[in-house]
Amino acid sequence: MPRLRKVRRLSRRDKIVLALMVAIPTLIELIFVWLPTLMSVGLSFAKWNGLALSDIRGAGLDNYKYVAQSYPPFWPAVQHNVLWLVFLAVIATPLGLLLAVLLDQKIRGSRIYQSIFFVPVMLSLALVGVIWQLFYQRDHGLLNYLLGTAETPSAVDWFGDSNVNIWAALVAATWRHAGYVMLLYLAGLKGVDPALKEAAALDGANAGQTFFRVVFPAMRPINIVIVVITIIESLRAFDIVYVINRGTNGLELISALVIQNLVGEGQVIGVGSALATILLVISLVPIVFYLTRTFGKEAKES
Amino acid sequence: MTTITAPSRVARGTEYSGSRPRRHYATHLVLLVLAVMWLLPLAWSLYTALRPIESTNQNGYFSVAGPFNFDNFVTAWNQGGFSHYFWNSVIITVPTVLLTLFFASLMAFAVSRVSWKFNITLLIMFTAGNLLPPQVLAAPLFEMFKLIQLPYWFSDSGSLLNTYISVIVVDTAFQIGFCTFVLSNYMKALSQDLTEAALVDGAGIWTQYWSIIMPLCRPAFAALGTLEVIFIYNDFFWPLLFIQSGNRLPVTTAINNLQGDFLSNYNLLAAGATITVIPTLIIYLVLQRQFVAGLTLGSSKG
Repeated sequence: MPRLRKVRRLSRRDKIVLALMVAIPTLIELIFVWLPTLMSVGLSFAKWNGLALSDIRGAGLDNYKYVAQSYPPFWPAVQHNVLWLVFLAVIATPLGLLLAVLLDQKIRGSRIYQSIFFVPVMLSLALVGVIWQLFYQRDHGLLNYLLGTAETPSAVDWFGDSNVNIWAALVAATWRHAGYVMLLYLAGLKGVDPALKEAAALDGANAGQTFFRVVFPAMRPINIVIVVITIIESLRAFDIVYVINRGTNGLELISALVIQNLVGEGQVIGVGSALATILLVISLVPIVFYLTRTFGKEAKES
Repeated sequence: MTTITAPSRVARGTEYSGSRPRRHYATHLVLLVLAVMWLLPLAWSLYTALRPIESTNQNGYFSVAGPFNFDNFVTAWNQGGFSHYFWNSVIITVPTVLLTLFFASLMAFAVSRVSWKFNITLLIMFTAGNLLPPQVLAAPLFEMFKLIQLPYWFSDSGSLLNTYISVIVVDTAFQIGFCTFVLSNYMKALSQDLTEAALVDGAGIWTQYWSIIMPLCRPAFAALGTLEVIFIYNDFFWPLLFIQSGNRLPVTTAINNLQGDFLSNYNLLAAGATITVIPTLIIYLVLQRQFVAGLTLGSSKG
């Protein structure tokens, strides 16, 4: 650990420069990120139509009661967010890991495969929604042609049918997420000391044992990042469902409900803020987990 | 381990690490199937976009009949107003990325090169801010911007809503956290002697930052800059929230309206989707290494 220059030893002018270097970004961060976050929490206990500030009335826990008891899309949205997390964690992330492991071997065309799996990572989630819309469409989409149901009554409208559209959206989300996970694990696998693998092979471990007992645990820092990314992505999921149908009719997500309450008719800011606060509290779990893993040691040292 | 069994295991080990290249038929089969599945949605969009609607109406979308041309691209470009949307994307992306990198570099320098009481605390705050779902702070930001009164010659909404500035400011604030985290790790890894020597020569804090540390961070800026261009270009949410006039939307958010504009003309929609892929694809082809480095920089802890 290098010795860092103590602020006490700085000249007066340097102290002013340093104070500005810290103050400007910190003010931006506080005013545009943390202040609104706290205000969301505050407004969740208020009743407001979003017009004059003087119209804000205290509402106690009314917004939360309303959301939990008489707001029909809320529980489906919670279920969909959980499903999103489980699907990414059980299907998309392991798929990305599998791709990384396969591509980490010295095989021909590895770079071409990597480029192919990586293309969706470059695309916005909104565009992913549009591209899959063309693929999933009921009458002229490729999927129904491949299934042989296109232009027949049994054709499924994959994004329109509320029984299946969440799964269809999850497949589209996986298309992007798996490539991202692959990329991170490819970097992680390169960082694993080859001597570890050789030692395991010497001890008679087969390829599977070597991977799960030696290589995978050795990638612990990357694993933590990927766990956090997977959880946060499932809480942030918004763009795809919003592009499809604004997060209604089978595609309710907490994030989409926040926006529906904010910009829709009526502008029920209190209800939207209660939903935002619920989203915040859930998000704090992975965020705090990540921060303690990342900064725990340094905070103690300083 | 007994001496008798050891040699055979060593022999097997060398066989694995490949003096003689192994044939990975199964691996190739899995990768090939997945790669085809990965490309199908993109290929379908491109294929649909290249065919005139008269041809697809007559022969069906799932057919190989010609002709193929770029007419849909031309029509989509003109009718969809893409030149306008792309320009909006540039207006938003360029200042955002420059401001983000500048402010983040100030903060990163202050927390990583100088020791003071709250540097880790602030770094934690910055990192956490970037991990929040944007919807959590949407409502208060929207109301804040609505309440800020501006002269009409400056903003035709009389407030910060419907301006590029609103998007630039919030995008910057949101991305500063991530860039500060990445840059501080990078700067921490630079030798402390570099600035010690400058200090002996009487160089102040600003000289250390601008003339010594910043030039050394060029690789990090290249990687992070590429990544941020893609992030901001792909941002769907903030323009959706703040910008009401359709002609001020950046291209990523504008594709949401494309579905309405090109209703029932899937060939045009496909062409529009393909057009928006092109800039990211160009960046990917030209700056692939920077982009990948940027993504992995964020996940590795220095």
